[in-house]
Amino acid sequence: MRIKTITAVIAAGILAAGLTVAGCSSSGGDNTDLVLVNGGEPQRPLVPTDVNENMGGRVVDRLWAGLKYYDANGTARNEVAQSIDTTDRQHYKVTLKDWKFTDGTPVTAKSFVDAWNYGALVTNGQLQNSAFTEIAGYDDVQSNPPKAQTMSGLKVLDDHTFTVDLKEPSIDFELELGYAPFYPMPDAFFKDPKGFGNNPIGNGPYKFSTWEHNVKIEVLPNPDYHGGRPAKNKGLRFVMYQSYDTAYADLLQGNLDALDIIPDTALTTYEKDLGDRAIHKPIAYSQHIGIQSNVPHFSGEEGVLRRKAISMAINREQIAQNIFHGTRVPCQDFTAFTLPGFRPNLPGSDALKFNPDEAKKLWAQANTISPWSGTYEIAYNADGGHQAWIEAVANSVKNTLGIEAVGAPYPTFKNLRDVITDKTIGKAFRYGWQGDYPSIFEYLTQLFLTGSGSNNTLYSNPEYDRLLHQAEAAATPEQAYDIAAQAQTVLFKDMADIPVFDYNVAGGRSDKVKKAEITWSGLFDFENIEK
Amino acid sequence: MAWYVVRRLLQMIPVFFGATLLIYAMVFLIPGDPIQALGGEKGMSPALEASIRAQFHLDQPFIVQYLDFIKGIVTLDFGTSFSGRPVRDELVRAFPITFRLALMAVCIEFFFGVAFGLVAGLRKGKLFDSTMLVLSLIIIAVPIFVVGFLAQYLLGIKWGLAPVTVGAKASFGDLLVPAFVLGSLSFAYVLRLTRNAVAENVSADYVRTATAKGLGRPRVIVVHILRNSLIPVVTFVGTDLGFLMGGAVVTEGIFNIPGVGGTLYQAITRGEPPTVVAFVTVLIVILLLTNLIVDLLYAALDPRIRYA
Repeated sequence: MRIKTITAVIAAGILAAGLTVAGCSSSGGDNTDLVLVNGGEPQRPLVPTDVNENMGGRVVDRLWAGLKYYDANGTARNEVAQSIDTTDRQHYKVTLKDWKFTDGTPVTAKSFVDAWNYGALVTNGQLQNSAFTEIAGYDDVQSNPPKAQTMSGLKVLDDHTFTVDLKEPSIDFELELGYAPFYPMPDAFFKDPKGFGNNPIGNGPYKFSTWEHNVKIEVLPNPDYHGGRPAKNKGLRFVMYQSYDTAYADLLQGNLDALDIIPDTALTTYEKDLGDRAIHKPIAYSQHIGIQSNVPHFSGEEGVLRRKAISMAINREQIAQNIFHGTRVPCQDFTAFTLPGFRPNLPGSDALKFNPDEAKKLWAQANTISPWSGTYEIAYNADGGHQAWIEAVANSVKNTLGIEAVGAPYPTFKNLRDVITDKTIGKAFRYGWQGDYPSIFEYLTQLFLTGSGSNNTLYSNPEYDRLLHQAEAAATPEQAYDIAAQAQTVLFKDMADIPVFDYNVAGGRSDKVKKAEITWSGLFDFENIEK
Repeated sequence: MAWYVVRRLLQMIPVFFGATLLIYAMVFLIPGDPIQALGGEKGMSPALEASIRAQFHLDQPFIVQYLDFIKGIVTLDFGTSFSGRPVRDELVRAFPITFRLALMAVCIEFFFGVAFGLVAGLRKGKLFDSTMLVLSLIIIAVPIFVVGFLAQYLLGIKWGLAPVTVGAKASFGDLLVPAFVLGSLSFAYVLRLTRNAVAENVSADYVRTATAKGLGRPRVIVVHILRNSLIPVVTFVGTDLGFLMGGAVVTEGIFNIPGVGGTLYQAITRGEPPTVVAFVTVLIVILLLTNLIVDLLYAALDPRIRYA
């Protein structure tokens, strides 16, 4: 072989590159009528009972209509439901409007009941399985192997009516019915549950168009939709990004119409960059620092004093400003300040204010019970952008109480969750909670009720449990909120965990869209984005 | 020669099995439970967890899972990702994009690197040479994400000369800037390798002989100097294609290219054994093949090297 071979090899290389290029050079000509919003590859197929994260959730909520929907402020309104009747908040009768799925089949009582039973049955492995906990007969479909295939609490009366019996009264159940796991499913789903999730059929304001994996999902307005949130645009494209920095660059160049998270690197400049196209909005999402009661020095009376001392040693205001440029605000209670029923200045909420003197006093008091030794560690997952604020909190604690306090990174979210679930973490840790439906009770039951699946801190107080059950059975939401306030007072008395920040969304829109607002949940009011 | 190729291909088999077993074991040993992570902050009940674990066959012992995986590979079935799709579809989607990007980067680094390196080597010690040495030093010193963000900001946002992000089509024009960024580091190495080899060979005996025979300057440079100087460069560039495919994570992230890097990164953080192992397996095969091609190119460049 001579020099010719080399030239041939090189020429072949160029040719190959050229060919691949030629095959794909038809860029441009995009359908830009669609509103381009940021998204990401959903973790699971697009089945409402199986989607528990925001990238899949934002699409699922566009494709389906439930018995209720939440408007931008988080108020629940009837959607497919004609009426939901109950006298005791335990037994419900649901009547449906005439409604169709996008494949033309009718939405019937069976569409709801079958979907809920499918979601609840443990062998179907649906991630939103726990949403049905309150329904009578849930425990039977949950045992392994299941004792029943369907829940005894659900009964179809006729095409337009079904009844729901709960295990016990719930003030929240009606409100929950707008939440994704409670969406109805068409017959097509039950025939092929596996294939359905990649090509879903719903009954919402949009119908599914295309899903190019790891690239984009497109949805188009559903002409048959006649609910309360019709699409005011010609469709949505969820553009998937690997990083928010890139998404932000696209927003600046006008390749993206709406972005719901401004990356940390742009927080100081985005208001200048975007002017009146910058968006701020408080949402129902809070960050806490918890510590499990089996950690030495953190049980009983000593634990209460130490948690209060640490809480008072954290300068939330300053950290929120310095690190988050106002996109976080100090917590005021154990829920989120945007939710209906939130009460400011609950008794005991002083413990959430920076008070170095009191903090030192409480810490010293705890030392008389059992002297402190060792280092106060706060675990966080290094893949979630938490390092800065955890280090700042640790510093604040260190400087105020004069003890060693450090952040303890875990490589990934799952590493951290493992040790929390196994109750073997042995140190304080961060955790966050985002409301699935606009209710303070979701926070109060999921995070603090004895034995609840998401009770990270293993908190347990019979008095609190009693109050919460009482609130659930209250006659009106107002009464329920009153009792919830008492229940929170108990949380403050025990200092169940340490609430740190509520979230403010920082987002932006391009000049191609006239209006893009963010809802109570932190996502865009997608139906109402106008281009 | 043919026998040599067959022997090399046969050698790949144990390497392939050893490597996949190792990767499978490593993914298996990554601390943290992927199924628990699927539940998010909310967690999940033990019954549900067991049910999902069974869905993905994660309840089987390690070796059974591995053998299952190998059994699948034979029939080109790479398993199912957590999103319920065959991993094969992901491979077919992601690899061509990254391959195109890496190939463009390699072409860029090769042509520019060799061209500049040749000129610099021929003018050893002159201004051009010193400039190139300093320039390549700077490129080597600056991390790739800095180059990437800078290129994106200046060319994309500030001057609007290139698209800010690439997206699914990943056309030639779209990939040009990312390919330059990805190839920049290797460009610096290729430049330096070529420059040193050329500078050395310029004063070699056979070059003097060729010139004395009365051959024209261009012919001496291309056939005698360059051909002999290319041996180390080809080794580098050849293996680089494989490394660039695996190492495109950063560049793909910055320019939002839906290729191997992003998919692999996501799969690693989610701890999805089938996806991670399948992607890395294909990367290994590519590395093995490019290595073989490099070895064969030696013979083309230097006839004294013969394989039997």
